[in-house]
Amino acid sequence: MSDSTPAVSLESRPRLPRGVRLVHNEAHGGWVLLAPERIFKADPTATEVLKRCTGEATLDSIVNDLATSYAAPRERILADVSGLLRGLAEKKLLEL
Amino acid sequence: MHGPVGMLAELTHRCPLGCPYCSNPLALDPRASELDTQTWARVFREAAALNVLQVHLSGGEPGARRDLVEITAAAHSCGLYTNLITSAVGITPATLARLADAGLDHVQISIQDSEPVSADHIAGYQGAFARKKELAAEVVRLKIPLTVNVVVHRANVDRIGAMVELAIRYGASRVEIAHVQYYGWAVRNRDALLPTAEQRARAIQVVEELRTRHRGAIVIDAVTPDYYSRFPKPCVGGWGKRSLNVTPAGKVLPCHAAESIPGLEFWSVRDHSLADIWANSPAFNAFRGTAWMREPCRSCARRDIDFGGCRCQAFAITGDARAADPVCHLSPHHDEVVALRTRQRDVPYSYRVNAKSTVRGAGGHTQ
Repeated sequence: MSDSTPAVSLESRPRLPRGVRLVHNEAHGGWVLLAPERIFKADPTATEVLKRCTGEATLDSIVNDLATSYAAPRERILADVSGLLRGLAEKKLLEL
Repeated sequence: MHGPVGMLAELTHRCPLGCPYCSNPLALDPRASELDTQTWARVFREAAALNVLQVHLSGGEPGARRDLVEITAAAHSCGLYTNLITSAVGITPATLARLADAGLDHVQISIQDSEPVSADHIAGYQGAFARKKELAAEVVRLKIPLTVNVVVHRANVDRIGAMVELAIRYGASRVEIAHVQYYGWAVRNRDALLPTAEQRARAIQVVEELRTRHRGAIVIDAVTPDYYSRFPKPCVGGWGKRSLNVTPAGKVLPCHAAESIPGLEFWSVRDHSLADIWANSPAFNAFRGTAWMREPCRSCARRDIDFGGCRCQAFAITGDARAADPVCHLSPHHDEVVALRTRQRDVPYSYRVNAKSTVRGAGGHTQ
C-alpha cells in the first residue's frame, strides 16, 4: 500500500459499486466477489467486512461491530479494515 | 473435476466492423444457424445450475441480435453476472437503457486507437470512433461500470498512454490492454500486425509507468504479447477447467479458438445439456488434466501452472495439438516462434467482410 493513498475517514460509508457483487457459491469454495471480468475469492475476514459495506453503515460503526463480534482490540481492527478497504477501492471494487 | 466459473456466449458472428485482428474462425456461423432466444435462456439456466458465475455476452457484435435485451434479462434472471462485450456500433442509447433495466452488470467497449482516423481505418468502419465515444458516455451516465478494451499491434502500440487517457476521459473504471493473439482471421494479418521487438519492450515499460501514474484512477489489466514470453500462457486457465464457450450455432468449445484444431468432436447445446457436455464431450476431455501431455510438458515442474500453454497455438505452429506451446523456450519448435517475431511486413490489412451484417444492412437499426 502506497503512503500517498489517503486514509479512510471514520465517517465514510463504504459500499460495493454497481457491477461488484458478493455472492456465496459452495462449488467455488464459499464467498466470492464478482467484478467486471474478474472473480476474487473472499477470505473469511474480507467476507465479514464486505457484508457490512452496505452504504448505510459508517466505517466507525463497522469497526465497532467487528470489535464486539470478535472481541478484538478496536485499534487493530480499524487498521486492518482501513487497509483492506483502501486496497479494494484502488482496484475499483469498493466505493468509499 | 471443477465446474466452470465463466461462460462466453457468442450470440452472433455478425459484426459491422472488419478488424484485421479478429480472432473468430475463418468460417463464420451464418445467421440462420444462430440459437434462438428460448434456447439461450435454457443454456443460461443450465449454466447457473453448473455454478457458472459470469456470462460474457459477445460475438461478433451482440448488438446485431434484435433479442439482446431478452437474452440479457434471461441470463440475469438466473443470477448470472452479465457482461456485454461490444464494439458499440449497433447498440443505441435506447437499447442500452433497456439493457440496464434488464440487469446488465458491466459493459466492455473496444476501441481501436486514440487517433480517430487511424481508429476507423483499423476497424474498417467510418465513424466507429465517434460511436464508441457516444455509447461510452451513455454507459457512464447510466452508472454501469465500463471497461475499455484495446487490442494493440504495430499501428497503435506506440499510443498506449493516449489510449489509457482516452479510457479515463470516457469514465471507464478499467482498461484492458491486450496484444493481438494470432488465431482465426488474425493469422492472415500477422505480418501487418506484429509489433517490433523495440515496440514490445517499450510497451511493457509504458504499462508499468501508466499503472503508477493512474493508480486509483483506473485499473489497468494487460495481456502480454506471447510470442515474446519465456513460458506460455496458462490458456483459458486450463482446458476444460475454468470456462466454456458457446458458439452462435450452439457448439460448446473449451476455448474460443478450439475449432481450429482438427479432429475434435464438439457437442451442441441443441443435443446435450451443458453439464453433460462439460463432463463428457470428447472435445472437453481431449486435453483435460495432464495425461495427454508429451515431453517436455509431461515431466515439467510447471505443468500444473501453465498446462502446456495453448493447444490451438501448439497446433497452429507445430501441427500437433499435443505438443508444448512453442512459445515455451523448452519447446523444440521454439525457434519457429522466434523467427515469427521478425516477420513484420507493411502490407494492407485483409479486412473481415460481413456482408450479411444486419447492423450495417438494416440502417435504421443503428443510424
